[in-house]
Amino acid sequence: MLFYLIRRAASLFFVLFGLAILIFVIARIVPGDPARIALGPLATSGQVTELRIEMGLDEPFFVQLGTYLSGLAQGDLGKSLLTSRPVMDDIIAALPATFELVLFTLILQIIISIPLGILAAVYRNTWVDNVIRVFSLVGVVTPGFVLAILLQLSAAMYFGFFPITGRLDPSIVFDADITGLLLFDGLVKGRFDVVGDALRHLFLPAIALAAGGIGQIVRITRSAMIEVASRDFIEASRAYGIPERVVRFRYMLRVAAVAPLTILGLEFASLIGNAFIVEFVFSWPGIASYGVRTILQKDLNAVIGVVLVSGVFFVVANLTIDIVLGLLDPRHRLREGRSK
Amino acid sequence: MSAPDMIDATRSLTSRQMALYRFTRNPAALIGAVIVISVIIAAIFAPLLAPFPESAGSFVDFRNRHAAPSWEHLMGTDNVGRDVFSRVLYGFRVSLGLVVGVLGVAVPFGVILGLVAGYFGGWTETIIMRFTDIMLALPPLAMALAITAVLSPNLVNAMIAITLLWWTWHTRLIFRIVKAQMNEDYVEAAQVAGASHFHILFRELLPNCISAIAVKISLDAGFVILFGASLSFLGLGIQPPTPDLGTMVATGSEYMPEMWWQAVMPGLAILYAILGFNLLGDGLRDMLDVEL
Repeated sequence: MLFYLIRRAASLFFVLFGLAILIFVIARIVPGDPARIALGPLATSGQVTELRIEMGLDEPFFVQLGTYLSGLAQGDLGKSLLTSRPVMDDIIAALPATFELVLFTLILQIIISIPLGILAAVYRNTWVDNVIRVFSLVGVVTPGFVLAILLQLSAAMYFGFFPITGRLDPSIVFDADITGLLLFDGLVKGRFDVVGDALRHLFLPAIALAAGGIGQIVRITRSAMIEVASRDFIEASRAYGIPERVVRFRYMLRVAAVAPLTILGLEFASLIGNAFIVEFVFSWPGIASYGVRTILQKDLNAVIGVVLVSGVFFVVANLTIDIVLGLLDPRHRLREGRSK
Repeated sequence: MSAPDMIDATRSLTSRQMALYRFTRNPAALIGAVIVISVIIAAIFAPLLAPFPESAGSFVDFRNRHAAPSWEHLMGTDNVGRDVFSRVLYGFRVSLGLVVGVLGVAVPFGVILGLVAGYFGGWTETIIMRFTDIMLALPPLAMALAITAVLSPNLVNAMIAITLLWWTWHTRLIFRIVKAQMNEDYVEAAQVAGASHFHILFRELLPNCISAIAVKISLDAGFVILFGASLSFLGLGIQPPTPDLGTMVATGSEYMPEMWWQAVMPGLAILYAILGFNLLGDGLRDMLDVEL
C-alpha cells in the first residue's frame, strides 16, 4: 500500500510539472506581445518596452521558463495586471468562495442522486424508474448557463427568498478568518445569522451547478446496483433469510458504491471547471469569476495562475479518489500496478 | 399464420439486423434520431426555412423590437427587431459547423494517437499516454477561455481551442480498446503473415474501434455544442452579429424577465440539440453494444 501511495504521488508530481510547463509554453507561443496586449493599442512603444523588461519578456525563452518555474516552486505566480497584486494573493482570497460552492454542490449531488439511483434500481422498469430517468436526462442535457438564468428568472419573479447574486448580504458584518468558508466559520463562531444567509445565497448557484452531475451519478448508481444484484452472494444472502433491507443497503451498496465514487472524483474536478459559468451568472466572488475577469483583460499571469490552480484541483481530486478506491478494493491497487 | 411465416421467424438474423432491430425497439433512440435529423435539416436549409432570412445578419427593424411570440414571429423578436426563430435556425448552422470543424480534426488525430500508443507500446505508449494525461488534467473550459481570449475571440479560434482539448478523450478510448485487442489471435496472425504495421493499424485494429468511435462522436456532438455555447455566452466565442445560440442567450438575458423569449427560446434550442445527440448516442451504444 505504501509503495502504491508513493508511486501515485510521484505520478502526481510528474503530471503537475508537465502541466506547469505546458501552460507556460501555450501562454508564450500565442501570437501577440503580452506587454502590448496588457497595455492596449494606445500605449507608446517606449511604455511597451518598459513593461517587457519589467515582465522579463526580453530574456531568452529558457531563462523565462526557469524564472517562472523557480517562482512557482516558491508559490510565486507573478503580479496581476488587473489588480496589481500578486496573483497568488488574489487566488487565495478567491478560493474559499469557490471551495464552499463546489463542496456544497457536491454534497447536494450525493444527497440527491445516490438515493435516486438506488430507487431507480430497486423499482427497475416501473414508472418510478422512468420518472427518475427523465429527471436525470433533463439534468444532463440542460446547459449550466441556461439553467442558471432560468433559476434567476424564477427567483426574481416568484420566490424572492433566494438572493440571485453574491455570497452574503452586504448588511451582515462578518469576518471569515478561520477557513474562509462562511458556513464553517459561522458555525464555529456561533453566528447562525451568517450560516442562514450564506445558505440562502448558496442555494441557487449550487442547484445550477449540480444538475449535470446528478443525472450522471444517478445513472451510474442505478446500473451498478443492478449489476451487483445479479451476483451470487446476494442470492446466497437472500437464501439465508437475511432481511431485504440489510441485503440492499449493507451488502449491495458497499460493492455498488465503487462506481459512483470514481465519478465523484471526476465530478469534483469538472465542478471547478463548470463553476466558471455559474459564478459568472450569479456574481459569485470566487476563483472562476476572477478567471473570467482576468481573461477578458488578457491578464496573462493571472490566467496562468487560475488554470494551474484548477489543474491542481483536478489532479489532486483524481488522486484522492484513486487512494480511496485502493483502500476500498484491493484489486484496484493491483490492477493499477500491473498496467504500468 | 401460414407456414412460411413461421419458417421466416426462426431464421437467424445477422448481427447487423439484430442491431437495427434493437435500435427501432428503443423509443428514446428513435426520438434522438428524429431530433438530430431535424437539427441537421434546419442547419442545411436555414436560408430556405427561415421566415425572415435577413434576421441572420445585422438587420435592424426598431419598430418590431421586443415583439412577443406570435404566429408571425414564432419565438418573438429580439432587441433590434430580428426574428428569433430565424436566428435559431441559423444558430443550429453555426453550432453544427463547430461540431464538424472540431470533431473533423480532433477525432482522426486522437484515434491515430490511440492506435499507435496501444499497438507499439513501450516508449511510444509512455510518451503519448503521459502527454494525454497532462492534457486531460487541464480544466477544459478554463483552457478554452484562456486560448480564445489570447487569440482574440471568434468562431475559428473557438474551434481551435476546443479541438486542442478534445482529441485526448478519443486517444484514451482507442488506446484502451487496442490494448484489449492486442491479446486477440487475429493481430498475431496478421503479424505472422507479415502484414505491415500500417495494415495492422488501419485494416485490422481500426475496424474493431469503429462502433466505439461512432457512439463517442454522437455523444461528443452534444457536448461540443454545449461547450461552444458556453464560450459564446461568456463573450469569448462567436461574436455578433453571427447568430450563435449562446450569444443570443447572453444578449437576451439582459431583457429578462419581461422579454423572456429572447433568452429562453435560444436556450431551449441548445437543450433540444444536446438532448437529441445524447439520446441518439445512448441508443447507438445499446444498439452496437459498446462500453465507453
